[in-house]
Amino acid sequence: MSCFETVGTPAPRHDAWAKAEGEQLYSDDFALPGMLYGKALRSKYPAAVIRSVDTGKAKAVPGVHAVLTAQDVPRNIDVTKFGQMKDVGGGFEGLYKVLADGKVRFKGEAVALVAAETEELAEEACRLIEVDYEVQPGVFDPEEALKPGAYLVSSEDNSNQIMKCHIEKGDVDQAFAEADLIIENEYRTSAVDHTYLETEGGVAWIDENGVITMRVGTQVLEHYRTVAKIMGFPHNKVRNMSIPMGGGFGGKEDITVEAFLALLTWKTKRPVKMVWSREESIESHSKRHPEILRYKSGFTKAGILLAQQVDIVLDGGGYTYLTPWVQMYSNINAPGCYRVPHIKIDSVSALTNNTFTSANRGFGANQVNFATELQMDEAAARLGISPLEIRRKNCLKNGDELCTGFIPQGHIALEEIAQKAWKVLEDAGPKPDDMDGRKIGRGLAIGMMSYGRLCFLHDSSRVGLRIELDGSVTLRAGVPDLGGGQASVLCQIVAEELGLPMDKIHPYIMDTHLTPLCGTTTATRQLYMSGNAALVTVHVLKERILKKAGELLKVQPEEVQLIHERACLINDPSRGLPFGGVVAALSNEGISLFHEGQFNAPFSEVPNLMDIKGRILPDMTYTAHGAEVAVDEETGRFEVLRIVACADVGKAINRHSCEGQMEGGAIYNMGYVTENMIQEKGYTRSHSLSEYLIPTAADTPEIETIMVESGGGLGPYGAKGIGEPADNSIAPAIVNAIYDAVGVRVKSLPVTPEILLFAIKNKA
Amino acid sequence: MNEVSITVTVNGTKIKANVTPEMSLLKFLRSQGFWDVKCGCEMGDCGTCTVIFNGRSVKSCITLAAQTDGGTVWTDKGLGVCDELTRKLQKAFVEHGSIQCGFCTPGMIIAGKAYIEQGGKPDRKEIKKAISGNLCRCTGYKKIVDAIYDVASHEQEA
Repeated sequence: MSCFETVGTPAPRHDAWAKAEGEQLYSDDFALPGMLYGKALRSKYPAAVIRSVDTGKAKAVPGVHAVLTAQDVPRNIDVTKFGQMKDVGGGFEGLYKVLADGKVRFKGEAVALVAAETEELAEEACRLIEVDYEVQPGVFDPEEALKPGAYLVSSEDNSNQIMKCHIEKGDVDQAFAEADLIIENEYRTSAVDHTYLETEGGVAWIDENGVITMRVGTQVLEHYRTVAKIMGFPHNKVRNMSIPMGGGFGGKEDITVEAFLALLTWKTKRPVKMVWSREESIESHSKRHPEILRYKSGFTKAGILLAQQVDIVLDGGGYTYLTPWVQMYSNINAPGCYRVPHIKIDSVSALTNNTFTSANRGFGANQVNFATELQMDEAAARLGISPLEIRRKNCLKNGDELCTGFIPQGHIALEEIAQKAWKVLEDAGPKPDDMDGRKIGRGLAIGMMSYGRLCFLHDSSRVGLRIELDGSVTLRAGVPDLGGGQASVLCQIVAEELGLPMDKIHPYIMDTHLTPLCGTTTATRQLYMSGNAALVTVHVLKERILKKAGELLKVQPEEVQLIHERACLINDPSRGLPFGGVVAALSNEGISLFHEGQFNAPFSEVPNLMDIKGRILPDMTYTAHGAEVAVDEETGRFEVLRIVACADVGKAINRHSCEGQMEGGAIYNMGYVTENMIQEKGYTRSHSLSEYLIPTAADTPEIETIMVESGGGLGPYGAKGIGEPADNSIAPAIVNAIYDAVGVRVKSLPVTPEILLFAIKNKA
Repeated sequence: MNEVSITVTVNGTKIKANVTPEMSLLKFLRSQGFWDVKCGCEMGDCGTCTVIFNGRSVKSCITLAAQTDGGTVWTDKGLGVCDELTRKLQKAFVEHGSIQCGFCTPGMIIAGKAYIEQGGKPDRKEIKKAISGNLCRCTGYKKIVDAIYDVASHEQEA
């Protein structure tokens, strides 16, 4: 029996109609009088020394108002902060430069900025900037970059190493000596482009009080502080009146156009717009980290996993950005979602002259989960047990500890969801051997991925509520909405608690001067963090309302409920008052009808990187994916016929949004298997959507979603985060299904028809 | 610079303008404030700029503005207020949870309308093929197909 009115329903989001009717405006859908167009001149080479930049000819073009280089940036070198409260120091703050200076570190790095009357003039000015490059050999392989004497990517450091991490538990050497089966493999994962349909962009201007004001869609509103630092401004003189994004997936987590726009509008004193082209976007924003993963796993004859030894090398690309954080995720997720008594994980990240790598939906968990789930599948095959059985035997269960010794507080549903996903495939009966001449295979994979940020970042979120005199509610939240329904779900929670329909809650979101800061829309944290902040806030107001209603109804506050826009007795709903009546009474007595509440995540200290222990992340979301594929052995082409996506979401606050994440996540990383980001010595070869092929509707199989609602999450009403976990186990499920079909296990991504065909021919 | 004088009716309003010969219909529409026509790639790959031109769905980024002289263009926003089928699709997208970031939505609704108007049946595979020129990175397409399927079913009954 559900005691919820709004929570748990598929209530349409507050912005659904605006988006359906084409009313929703994004970064590019805005203009101001006198607005100039900004453009970045980007490096032609992945590795070069900039000898000089001559802007004279560009500046002389009539209609060109500014041409800026690194020398014009008040503070050109910065570290990524991402809004955390705590200065974590150490290797955790990723350096980058606003404009290239000294060495160019990747192809497409911004070298100069232009503002001009028209886009065409801005482009012409870019062509007229003369950059004298001394081309360098560069280094494009992270392992090469770590060797002594390697080309140095940075002009400031004497090594390409970004960070090293180590986790150890038990004694792997002894465990391998005792193991009946040892499986050793090397895996390689690929760079991935986020391919949000809206590229990066925005407008900035200086308001009448001298505030640099931006209208830029970003996953991290708190970059306004970064802009302030770059410009040498106080924090309160930079504002982002942000707007909903046309997708993010981690690619709008790093700063994009903000600093460029701030510099140009400050220099010209005119509004400036900058929007990146698709090619510019693919070439110059972050990619998912390619990782080299060397796994050694020891099993008993009965299929019990005894030990995992993993070595990971991450390609950080040209700048550090979020590499250390991603590396942390890879490190702690490397053993997989299994009970492993003996563990040794080592990771190292390196700068190269490839496109920089940073956050991408999954944040370091996808790479290791791909490798682990292939290891488990191989063990199952060699021991003659089923893919489900080996996972059931070894998966984490309630009370088990993670590799850092921390025991998750939330429910662990891995066994249940693995069974559910596999059962859907099995229930279809034995797989046909052959379909139109193609081989059929079924695969399973499970996974865990955190929700909430690294605990040592000391994360928090705030939400503000004001009850209006007519009983409607204004919700104010600095919650970047990238399309996951991050803002709407907060309205749903408030509506539930106050017994109001959804449309009585109006959200005003994403304005750094006016909305309480909710923190980043990253790390699958908004429902957990801001959902809890909304609950904290609404409970304060609800208490005032119940107290007043109790007085008016002459009962105790505990006897009153808020439902259907009324305050009425729990035992006798016919006795009650309209919600608006209670609000009027509170207002008459001068009792405040607004509140801003804060929720803090669990805090921990920065761990010793060479011996990571304790609570690194708040909690985990567990997923299972089943896939059925058809493989053409003659051509290497394969088709995903069916996907089963199963997850313990804790509690689905909005059913459609939750399913939407599970469906979208499954297809996002179905693309991990097939998307081919071709980079040759730092040059991106697949820089359009006709070369970098993301799944189309026609490539997409039917997806069955199974939501388990254990109530065992740390979010509101026991919810867990689902955004990133939703994509975590699908890619290995597909690759395992290909093995099941043709007996070939492809250990690198992407799996192109050529690679698969080659593997099939080599097997025979 | 050579310019072409065009007269085109967009969402029922006649617009006279001078455009450069190479200007895309997408740039023209956006310059006129039709911001529901989105720009995702400018190469005809993503479908976010899909509009109806003289009764057929086209990608406006690879259609020249000059080509539309004397013609009629409809966008999702314009159709929503006067075309029953578009309105039904918009409602179905809202109710089926087919919209996440919403950037592909106006183009996707036009693609759905074109499919149904050309006699498309409530057939999931056929719908997927019909909208495969319109990319979506958020939804995995399932709920978009659900919405178009729903409207196609009702149209077939009617």
